[in-house]
Amino acid sequence: MAGNGATSEAVVAGIPRVTTGRADSLWREAARRFRRHRFAMVGTLVLGIMVVAVLVGPFLYRVPIDEIDFRAKLKAPTWAHPLGTDDLGQDILARILYGGRISLAVGVVAMLIGIFVGTTIGAMAGQLGGIVDNALMRVTDLFLSLPQLPIFLLVVYLFRDSMRRMLGPELGMFILIVAPIGCLRWMPVARLVRAQFLSLREKEFVEAARALGVPAPRQVVRHILPNAIGPVIVAGSLDVAAAILLESTLSFLGLGFPPDIPTWGRILFDAKDNLDFAPHWAIFPGTAIFLAVLSINFIGDGLRDALDPRKVL
Amino acid sequence: MGTYVLRRVLTAIPVLAGISLILFTVLALAPGDPFQELATNPNVPPEVRMNLRKQFGLDDPIMLRYARWFGSMMRGEWGFSFVSRVDVDKLIVQRLPTTLFVLGSAQLLALAVALPVGILSARKPYSLIDQVGTTLAFIGFSLPTFFTGLLFILFFSIYLDWLPFIYRADIQATGVRWLWENLKQGVMPITVLGLFQGAQLTRFVRSSVLDVIQLDYIRTARSKGVPERVTLVKHVVRNALIPVVTLLAIQVPQIFTGAVVTEQIFRVPGIGSLLITSILANDTPVVMAITFVFSVLVVMFALVADLLYGWLDPRISFR
Repeated sequence: MAGNGATSEAVVAGIPRVTTGRADSLWREAARRFRRHRFAMVGTLVLGIMVVAVLVGPFLYRVPIDEIDFRAKLKAPTWAHPLGTDDLGQDILARILYGGRISLAVGVVAMLIGIFVGTTIGAMAGQLGGIVDNALMRVTDLFLSLPQLPIFLLVVYLFRDSMRRMLGPELGMFILIVAPIGCLRWMPVARLVRAQFLSLREKEFVEAARALGVPAPRQVVRHILPNAIGPVIVAGSLDVAAAILLESTLSFLGLGFPPDIPTWGRILFDAKDNLDFAPHWAIFPGTAIFLAVLSINFIGDGLRDALDPRKVL
Repeated sequence: MGTYVLRRVLTAIPVLAGISLILFTVLALAPGDPFQELATNPNVPPEVRMNLRKQFGLDDPIMLRYARWFGSMMRGEWGFSFVSRVDVDKLIVQRLPTTLFVLGSAQLLALAVALPVGILSARKPYSLIDQVGTTLAFIGFSLPTFFTGLLFILFFSIYLDWLPFIYRADIQATGVRWLWENLKQGVMPITVLGLFQGAQLTRFVRSSVLDVIQLDYIRTARSKGVPERVTLVKHVVRNALIPVVTLLAIQVPQIFTGAVVTEQIFRVPGIGSLLITSILANDTPVVMAITFVFSVLVVMFALVADLLYGWLDPRISFR
């Protein structure tokens, strides 16, 4: 009995080392493939610059976002205001830099929620199988056929006031926007994870773990999930783009963040009625959204090429 | 085929019930009285409010409320708009044709763009045409519709002054002139929406054609000397389009998102812009009804796509 325990100990101790070694070279291989995708590299660069700009920018460019100056209202770009001013004379560059933090944060947090929900549901369906699998997949199909924006608008409309009262206008609105986006975008991840589980569950290395008496939760967390992560990363990167788009759509419709939190979509909403005499006001934030989403989509495409081991490059 | 149709129609009912359950849960979880607006609105007499409360049975147990709500939603008894002072169904029936016209034309445009570009791209993968097509597709679905819409207005309405940027449902002219005016005002919303949908569809078409084009029977057709054009049209495209039909159905929920946005930008008087104005005016019955109508449309189009799929690929309906 003791000898037996020692053997399995050694075997179990041996497994992580072997997997780490393979995982390292797998990731290095993926990085090599990713670097070959020209557009993905450009996207990484552009997105990197944007992230650095919104994180560091407000510290370097110290123009306040809400300084009202009616003498300088609706000015086209000048040296004093590199991207011009809006109808209250507020500096657009400062607003874009500050709002970009929120736009990008919404994308990332909503993606994390979507991935968490999707992975949990997909893993449960794939691991437990049978009636649980069936029920969860019906629910997934159901969510896939929801008209997303109308439901999203409905949720925001119904919960707006109480969330603001409970958590304050900024945090309340942030959660109210991020949580529904996450809840409307988990379905592709759940399907992917389930499909991965169904095939990985029958693979030899999982069977070996099962034969060694590894408890089911550990099988899932330690052996199956790490191997199912590739497609999830791809889906996650695309979800960031979708979440940014959904948030800016909501803000553009005037139902998102309040005017003192100038996300990119919100700036566009304020700008759209002054299009004929202040086009710069709309063009800069719109370009910011476009560049961010395009970069992320290209990065997602590069990741897909990089993480699909079947693809020969 | 008959049993297939029946089965598909029957499975659409639980889906609809499920969606309505989600809608109802959202409504039931929402804090406060959905008719609170009426209590504070001095223009609405208290009897109307009490009648509405009774009509929606707000004091009954929740399961009963759901059953009653679902029933009345299905029968088209959607209540009374607080703001417009007419029945909600009248309001929606008035607006729905415009929305369907814009959506339908946009989807046709999307197909008209996506099919040739996708097929050309897939015929010579990684060629110059493919690179250009793929890049344009990426740009197309990364450009948010609200931004393209604003750029279109800026260029075509303000700079060139060619097209009107406000959509009017009540054009006074008749005959050819009426058609021309309608065409002119429809161009921008339809193009904006169609190009966005088309960009995504291009990717679907490309990968679907790529899957088919490397199959054995295509090589057989080529090696026995069938002209390339015939191979492409009769053998490749026909088979590649079958999965595209399903993808069209998947796109439907999404196209309603685009519809809401474009209707809002170009002030198209459809149900999408009605939804936004109702939300801004706290007009709960209209908001609920429109969300429900959108859901019904989604389920209906998915059903149509499934039936088409079964018709195009008879193997499906035998399963």
